[in-house]
Amino acid sequence: MEFLDNIFLYGTSIIRSIITWIGFDPAITNMIMAAVYTVAILVICTLVALFYVLYERKLAGFIQYRPGPNKLGPFGLFQTVADAVKLLTKEDIVPRNADKALHFLAPLFVFIPPILALGAIPFGNKLVAVDLNIGMLYILAVTSLSTIPFFLAGWSSNNKYTMLGAMRAVSQKISYEIPVIFSVLAITMIAGSLNMSEVVGMQGKLWFVFVQPLSFLIFFIAGIAETNRAPFDLPEGESELTAGYLTEYSGMKWALFFLAEYCSMFVFSAMATTLFLGGWLGPVLPGWMWFVLKVHVLMTVIIWIRWTFPRIRVDKLLEFNWKILIPASILNIFATGIGVYLFNNFF
Amino acid sequence: MLSNYAIIAILTIGGLIFAAAAMLISRIFQPRKQYSKKTDTYECGFETKGSSWMSFRSSYFVYALVYLIFEVEVIFLYPWAVEFKMLGLFAIVEMIIFFTLLIAAFLFAWKEGAFKWY
Repeated sequence: MEFLDNIFLYGTSIIRSIITWIGFDPAITNMIMAAVYTVAILVICTLVALFYVLYERKLAGFIQYRPGPNKLGPFGLFQTVADAVKLLTKEDIVPRNADKALHFLAPLFVFIPPILALGAIPFGNKLVAVDLNIGMLYILAVTSLSTIPFFLAGWSSNNKYTMLGAMRAVSQKISYEIPVIFSVLAITMIAGSLNMSEVVGMQGKLWFVFVQPLSFLIFFIAGIAETNRAPFDLPEGESELTAGYLTEYSGMKWALFFLAEYCSMFVFSAMATTLFLGGWLGPVLPGWMWFVLKVHVLMTVIIWIRWTFPRIRVDKLLEFNWKILIPASILNIFATGIGVYLFNNFF
Repeated sequence: MLSNYAIIAILTIGGLIFAAAAMLISRIFQPRKQYSKKTDTYECGFETKGSSWMSFRSSYFVYALVYLIFEVEVIFLYPWAVEFKMLGLFAIVEMIIFFTLLIAAFLFAWKEGAFKWY
């Protein structure tokens, strides 16, 4: 069990010792190790996207009482592989009136925020690429960068649909960031640390979701909106904006946006797991397996929500955020502050 | 400490390379036959009228402004939250003063109709 728990750590230490054996000095070894972590994170991202695309379609089929993809391979397991190959061979069309440089840059940048965020998330005990002491703030900062590629994409396409989609995406993402930040703030007040691993370590006795249920609810709702998932998927609402900011993208560029969307869903679920559900902590099974299990449950709930609730109107969406979520999260901070003070001084 | 941020820089480069490589590989396999109808702006079959880079609904701008207030507060709030347990009663008093100002600004924006969709 001990071995399974640390299997990835053994892997990295073997790679590290091979590099030192070849004879690089420590600084360069660290850089090469960073490259190894980067590759690992990219592999995780790709696998997550490949798996959850299929899983979502299967689950959607189950919810809507139809088989879902079932032709390619057993249970349609190779469907996403076929999709990936198809997208790879699709022609890349750049509209004549578009700003070509920015149209090219948007899919190039879209993958950076989720990768940067995954770098600071502990997948298991010590299983983290960069264990930053300001981990939470860093993740909030880099995930908020994800508005930029979306706006680049929407603006550079020079199309009314993409422009509307981009405007909606930005307004929605920046608005829903405030409740996310405030709900994480409440966790910081209890934990007294911004380090993700330390926050997980504190949840040994009691998960923070039981201490901060309101905070978790706000974080979850706002997170769904942040990742542009239904019922908050207005930026790409196909019945009104064809595909929102993605309208003018085709082939691999479109696939990159799609991949990034699933990755940011994964990042958000991983954040919720780390902050509220005790991260890698759990009995019997190895730590990383617990982490994957918890993330998987959250992803399932997100997908379930998507196929259950209808899309809401854009003014309702923003009103819900500014008039309900933000006041609720501010109240939650007040309650947490007084609660922590009383707990520290009188118990 | 500094090497941590070097890792982040490498992660950024990795993300860029991944996206660039994906586009490059697809460039090898894809057909390239472009003609004028194909590169038209897609607006569901209608002829496009004018550019879409024009003046836009102002309520989006107001949301961005209010967002900015909150986002700047965050820089002050996180250090305070980390040290919350150490500061004791002082932290509570500070919280009340700080949030009173924040909520006053928030309510003012609300009263002025910043969150109304015209």
